[in-house]
Amino acid sequence: MSEVPGLDTVATAIDTPDTAQPYAELGMAKDEYERVREILGRRPTSAELAIYSVMWSEHCSYKSSKVHLRQFGEKAPASDALLVGMGENAGVVDVGDGHAVTFKIESHNHPSYVEPHQGAATGVGGIVRDILTMGARPVAVMDALRFGPADADDTKRVLPGVVSGISFYGNCLGLPNIGGEIGFGTGYIGNPLVNALCVGVMRHEDIKLAQAPGPGNKVVLFGSATGPDGIGGASVLASATFDDASHAKRPSVQVGDPFMEKLLIECSLELYGRDLVVGIQDLGAAGVSCATTELAAGGTGGMDIRLDRVPLRDPRLTPEEILMSESQERMMAIVEPAKMDEFLAVCDTWQILATEIGEVTDVTPEEAERGGRLVMTWHGETVVDMPPRTASDEGPVYERPYARPTSQDALQADDAAALARPSDDAELRGQLLRVLGAPGVGDPTWVTQQYDSYVRGDTVVSAPHDSGMIRVSDDSQRGVALATDGNGRFTRLDPYTGTQLAYAEAYRNVAATGARPLAVTNCLNFGSPEDPGVMWQFAEATRGLADACQELGTPVTGGNVSFYNQTGDVAINPTPVIGVLGVIDDVRNRLRSGLRTDGATVFLLGETRAEFGGSAWADVVHGHLGGLPPRVDLAAEAALGEVLAAAADRGLADAAHDLSDGGLAVALAESALHGGRGVRVELKGDAFTALFSESGARAVVSVAPEHREAFLALAAEHGVPAAAIGTVGGDALALTHPAGALEVPLAELRTAYESALPALMDGV
Amino acid sequence: MAARVGVVTFPGSLDDKDAARAVALSGAEPVALWHADADLKGVDAVVLPGGFSYGDYLRCGAIARFAPLMSELVPAARSGALPVLGICNGFQILCESHLLPGALTRNSSLRFVNRDQVLRVENTGTAWTGDYTGGQEVLVVLKSGEGSYVADEETLDDLEASGRVVVRYVGGNPNGSRRGIAGITNEHGNVVGLMPHPEHAVEALTGPSTDGLGFFTSVLGHLSAEAPAHA
Repeated sequence: MSEVPGLDTVATAIDTPDTAQPYAELGMAKDEYERVREILGRRPTSAELAIYSVMWSEHCSYKSSKVHLRQFGEKAPASDALLVGMGENAGVVDVGDGHAVTFKIESHNHPSYVEPHQGAATGVGGIVRDILTMGARPVAVMDALRFGPADADDTKRVLPGVVSGISFYGNCLGLPNIGGEIGFGTGYIGNPLVNALCVGVMRHEDIKLAQAPGPGNKVVLFGSATGPDGIGGASVLASATFDDASHAKRPSVQVGDPFMEKLLIECSLELYGRDLVVGIQDLGAAGVSCATTELAAGGTGGMDIRLDRVPLRDPRLTPEEILMSESQERMMAIVEPAKMDEFLAVCDTWQILATEIGEVTDVTPEEAERGGRLVMTWHGETVVDMPPRTASDEGPVYERPYARPTSQDALQADDAAALARPSDDAELRGQLLRVLGAPGVGDPTWVTQQYDSYVRGDTVVSAPHDSGMIRVSDDSQRGVALATDGNGRFTRLDPYTGTQLAYAEAYRNVAATGARPLAVTNCLNFGSPEDPGVMWQFAEATRGLADACQELGTPVTGGNVSFYNQTGDVAINPTPVIGVLGVIDDVRNRLRSGLRTDGATVFLLGETRAEFGGSAWADVVHGHLGGLPPRVDLAAEAALGEVLAAAADRGLADAAHDLSDGGLAVALAESALHGGRGVRVELKGDAFTALFSESGARAVVSVAPEHREAFLALAAEHGVPAAAIGTVGGDALALTHPAGALEVPLAELRTAYESALPALMDGV
Repeated sequence: MAARVGVVTFPGSLDDKDAARAVALSGAEPVALWHADADLKGVDAVVLPGGFSYGDYLRCGAIARFAPLMSELVPAARSGALPVLGICNGFQILCESHLLPGALTRNSSLRFVNRDQVLRVENTGTAWTGDYTGGQEVLVVLKSGEGSYVADEETLDDLEASGRVVVRYVGGNPNGSRRGIAGITNEHGNVVGLMPHPEHAVEALTGPSTDGLGFFTSVLGHLSAEAPAHA
């Protein structure tokens, strides 16, 4: 028997093989539990069960998605830019001049429904630590958000809470929020999406990996003390669908302390700078379980941990709770013994608690074969003795059945082309204002003005432009641009095409700032993987993204999967959010959307087809979702990107804006409003199609008269159709077309554009 | 020799890098000062930058006031000798240190506000505003959650009567500050605190304007004018 009452030691486990264990309550399937018994050759102790249950959860193990995610590696295009690929905390991309950037997007959907403020705040905190863990200084954040209908009561609870959480945490960390997107839809009520992206900058030589080499090296836990918050939080929460009892889970949402995280960032960067760590891992989902098993598996495979040395906020915590706690703002480092004093001194400077809790050990060849040996003791008694790789890398992998839902045919047959179109110019004008003022299309300022976009002084472009752009360092003009996009309506109509469209839009957004797209991250938000229809959407979406990335030469560097975004049997529209990162050699050449030169010619680049399936017009005006999404033409996207980048480099354009939600109508209105200048446009052909079609691979570009010929030659060189459709000037959006004309003063456009969110959130 | 302007880093300071950049762009040498060292390193002037010192715990600026560095800074500032500019959290720290009257409270919207903000410069006689002209309107950045300036009526009357309102919001009051006050100075004019961020309006590439640079160049003019007196 154990000296500590109630302690389930390895010796106890051997002596009591038949003790019933709560694996099901911890979210484990019976066969998964049996496999643990097989690995260990005995029943697991309750501490080991805790480790396996969180490490093998959907959230940590990607057990349902892994077989599909492999394509991102298998189809990865050859890229000289990729310094670290998938599998680490985040991918690392070479951006030139010895600078590298690392970026990743991650979901915090379920916690943000339960407790919007803290759920969203800790989502930011988690992704920032992932970036920090790679050795980089986090330099900017973005967020992609989806909520239920804007006028729904619960949206008025969730949206302000999520935004205040992101604002509170990101602002307090001193990270500029440089953009993102916001959308609304029926399925997201009860299933909001909070996807947070962080980007970090480092020198090539500063890359850090999660590994624990060198027997005798110390394992140090630093940052916040461990408390009972978030026990089972992300891992169990993210793996369970909400039901009516979900509010009972409130205490399992983690609570964030951005001040501690700011100190942790500065402390960690100083530790890196002084070369005091040989391996590093942040503590996110699955906390100490994840950090110890992953570090050990990435190193010698051996580690001894004294769990009783973990500093606690609540001394009553059991070993199992310590292992599962998701207390925020913690990191684990592997430190050479000779450097421990200096390590502790740096932590002291930043008033960071640091505790040696164990050391790296050697393993025998037999132990290495089994997956290493991780031993944990609790007041001298062994409570964990397991091969760490079996938890971190060798979790279950499921080939979930998938099948195209039979309802898909009817959905696609319900063509948006059959919807009633505006019958005259007055109706066309009214619909233009309705689409422009729709939440999710209109001005996001109500949200973005709660975020600090200026801190660090390197933000070159931020909301409301197509993407965010930062200068990588003070002494360089080199910049990186980032955009995230996702369109659940398109993906619902055709998951393969819809995902490619999301990727294409993000690619186009980056290109519209003059940057060249380089790499991709993704956050795949879907319903239950146990539903074959959802799994089909997922399979199609991943295949679409992998194919698109292969075709345009932008490797996927990492990402995140969020399943179980559904209420009862009803899943959200599948919403892969795709982040694209691009590089610009000289940030002074960046393009923004606002029209700024009277007399400049407005060109429409690309080809417009009658494509309305899943469009903002169909959604806003008719509440309709059906038909097929716009066609994808990746070669055309690449050619458009080349034209935009070259136009920026050569100073041929003074504004550019991609076309997406709301088509040309919204792009023209936004360009006019962002620049505070009107535009006179002459449309050839059907005005409705010209204004509201959402065909891809299109952008509007404003070109001063002296650059007109050179710009046209550039477009022709790349085979991109360029139509001069208008002239900048005046104080209205003035449109003529073969069948008539309409005009909207900028003031009226502005009212429609800017009033949507304030009206819903503040009632003004 | 270039003037040396200190920029203090407290735990949780965020705009310290930006303040140092603005100092450098003004032509002075930025000197990093650490909250835990009671040492001003002989600097000619000090900027207390924006951020969330000590996580804004207790009250914004309330803990930073007790930092060892402040024990050196406060007497030098109070005597009128040391020019000190407090921006945002720095302004809050100056109020908590009683170098400036009043306090900063939650914005009237109860939300963080980040926007490009026009200010009117009403006092060009301070150490930090001499390069502006009286009544000049400048475009800088406002970004804060607790930026609403409050003081009792008597104090507000006194500030106005003695010309110690340095900058005022133009084009609507963004946070509910009493009488639209965005920044004030002490009786000597050497200590200035303001809620908006001039250090984020020093480069055309990244700021809404370069109007904010004037705060940083002004102090250099002030120092060179003062120099003979110290010789």
